[in-house]
Amino acid sequence: MLPLTLALLLLSTAAFVLGRRRAFAVVEGETRLLHSQPGSYGQWVALWCALPSLAVVVAWWLLEPALIEWQTFAGAPAEVVELPPERRELFARDALALSAGEVTSSEPGPALRAAAGRIQRVEGLGQLSVGGLAAAVALMGLGWARGRIRPQLRARNHVEAVARTALAASSLVAILATVGIVLSLVFEAARFFALVPLGDFLFGLEWSPQTAIRADQVGSSGAFGAAPVFAGTLLITALAMAVAVPVGLLAAIFLSDYATPLTRAWVKPLLEILAGIPTVVYGFFAALSVGPLVRQLGERLGWEVSSESALAAGLVMGVMIIPFVSSLSDDVINAVPRSLREGSLGLGATKSETIRRVVLPAALPGIVGAVLLAISRAIGETMIVVMAAGLAANLSANPFEAVTTVTVQIVTLLVGDQEFDSAKTLAAFALGLALFLVTLGLNVVALVVVRRYREQYD
Amino acid sequence: MTTISRPAERSQLYLTKITTRDLNVWYGEKQALFSVNLDIERNRVTSLIGPSGCGKSTYLRCLNRMNDVIEGCRVEGKIALDGDDVHGEDVDPVQLRARVGMVFQKPNPFPKSVWENVAYGPRIHGLATGRAELDEIVTTSLERAGLFAEVKDRLDDPGTGLSGGQQQRLCIARAIAVQPDVILMDEPCSALDPIATARIEELMEELRARYTIVIVTHSMQQAARVSQRTAFFHLGAVVEEGETGKLFTDPREERTRDYITGRFG
Repeated sequence: MLPLTLALLLLSTAAFVLGRRRAFAVVEGETRLLHSQPGSYGQWVALWCALPSLAVVVAWWLLEPALIEWQTFAGAPAEVVELPPERRELFARDALALSAGEVTSSEPGPALRAAAGRIQRVEGLGQLSVGGLAAAVALMGLGWARGRIRPQLRARNHVEAVARTALAASSLVAILATVGIVLSLVFEAARFFALVPLGDFLFGLEWSPQTAIRADQVGSSGAFGAAPVFAGTLLITALAMAVAVPVGLLAAIFLSDYATPLTRAWVKPLLEILAGIPTVVYGFFAALSVGPLVRQLGERLGWEVSSESALAAGLVMGVMIIPFVSSLSDDVINAVPRSLREGSLGLGATKSETIRRVVLPAALPGIVGAVLLAISRAIGETMIVVMAAGLAANLSANPFEAVTTVTVQIVTLLVGDQEFDSAKTLAAFALGLALFLVTLGLNVVALVVVRRYREQYD
Repeated sequence: MTTISRPAERSQLYLTKITTRDLNVWYGEKQALFSVNLDIERNRVTSLIGPSGCGKSTYLRCLNRMNDVIEGCRVEGKIALDGDDVHGEDVDPVQLRARVGMVFQKPNPFPKSVWENVAYGPRIHGLATGRAELDEIVTTSLERAGLFAEVKDRLDDPGTGLSGGQQQRLCIARAIAVQPDVILMDEPCSALDPIATARIEELMEELRARYTIVIVTHSMQQAARVSQRTAFFHLGAVVEEGETGKLFTDPREERTRDYITGRFG
């Protein structure tokens, strides 16, 4: 594969040079007679050289497995061809492994050796002929395109069309990935809801997904009422926002309106470093430092505090989210036009009056958008809560108790060996779908709010 | 004792509202004004003209200390309002700005209702005790700005929804509502069409009965139309200052003549 890529690269570079030179030659150096810049003709020829031969390689890629499958059984003894499907598959795999010199599932017999030999022939043929074919196509493309260079040829437009297609394809990849993720969530969640009714999942008050292996064990039924899990997520998110929104907003106001440029140049990056700390580090900070601290504090005040408390996880998560709130809010507060501030100051308003009565109201939609984005970030946050919030699905609003969140449950359900026909495993996908829908909704609302705010001043 | 108060009997003592002596301004390392001496007369419109970057806006912004807001700006020299130094130790720029209102180049109504825009200043200065009194201030200010008839049914609509000329008159009403003595206008018509401009120019003539007006303008025709006195700035200094009619027809300085006849700028 590598030599082929290198050869193609070399060929298309040559094609560029040749095409460019040809463009000069066609007009005898009078480049203003050309429709496009000479370089565009070079690019056009290079594209004609590279793209068709790439297409040949890709086509072989898609075709090869089918060819190998066909060759594995073509001419194989009847007892191999008539094997039951799963044995047939095993034979095919062993043949492929043997042809690559890897370990097979059993001692290879003569039928297997013969099949492996045929596979090796296909692959050898493929490498040679496809390499040759690709090179030939590349050369043909080069020659044909070079011969077609005329002053009237709109090389730039053709090249730009290709570039546009490539750009569109790149964005399509991201969209398709999203669609794929959503589809996998939806299908697995559908299998879960075939086992557990939707109403029980959404409104059930007991979460105990550990189904027993044998029917006579304790807890063989399992309970999939997700309300305590949602409640835990809500509680921790609320605690985190109670920390992040005031601190982040005040920091943003300080940065945008009070800090000198020098302070701002130092403080803003420092604050944004918070966003760069891996969440797992926050997690053990929460579990090992803040959790015990909260417990000691609570005990001194005479309160019952579990060592894994919602409060510890919420506080640390809040700290983690501060830079989101402050950075986004700082941007929208800065986007409030200077003229509005001057208008207010010019009327004899103080700085704080100007900020409270003009700047913040004007920036409010953007700030709301920032907070919504921060909330969706808090809801989806996993590591901190896994390490600091606990696993017990308590339906409680008491921040000193251990609670569990949607993300924690997904992690615990999917860690270790899983059987994909049990409700326990599939529950993770239902939780994931719920999480996805909530954060999607929040993000959409946040984006709409932020966009409406932008329009106000553009 | 704060020097910037409103002694009504005392303010009548001076024909000159603002005196400027030996004013120098720096933005960082760059000096923007060089030893400016200028008197602004009471109940007159004074135009500041000159090519871009000549310091006329900088001077205007010194009069209500708006330059304090700008990072790295340094002001030396004396500006006296009714004889009292605006840079005095005990002068709060916030109170000064209530007495010296400002209208900006681009209309900048707050993203609030028309009513809220005008009520903003009186509210923060506590000029009204109740909603009724505030309503009256809003109405009077809008009337004086010549806007009331056009917006009386739209007081609760956003101020940003008005036309450009209406927005600028809203900003004038907003400044008037604080009951200033002086109104500074920084190229108030440069973002407006000719009809809206004419409306603002008429307004200035009406307003000067109550207020002292200083206007920065790029249009010499506008300066000639609206002002009684004109000062010509060039390269950060006042080249010539005097009666508008005299300055435009028979300037003392060569540079002024060159500028008003369009030879530079």
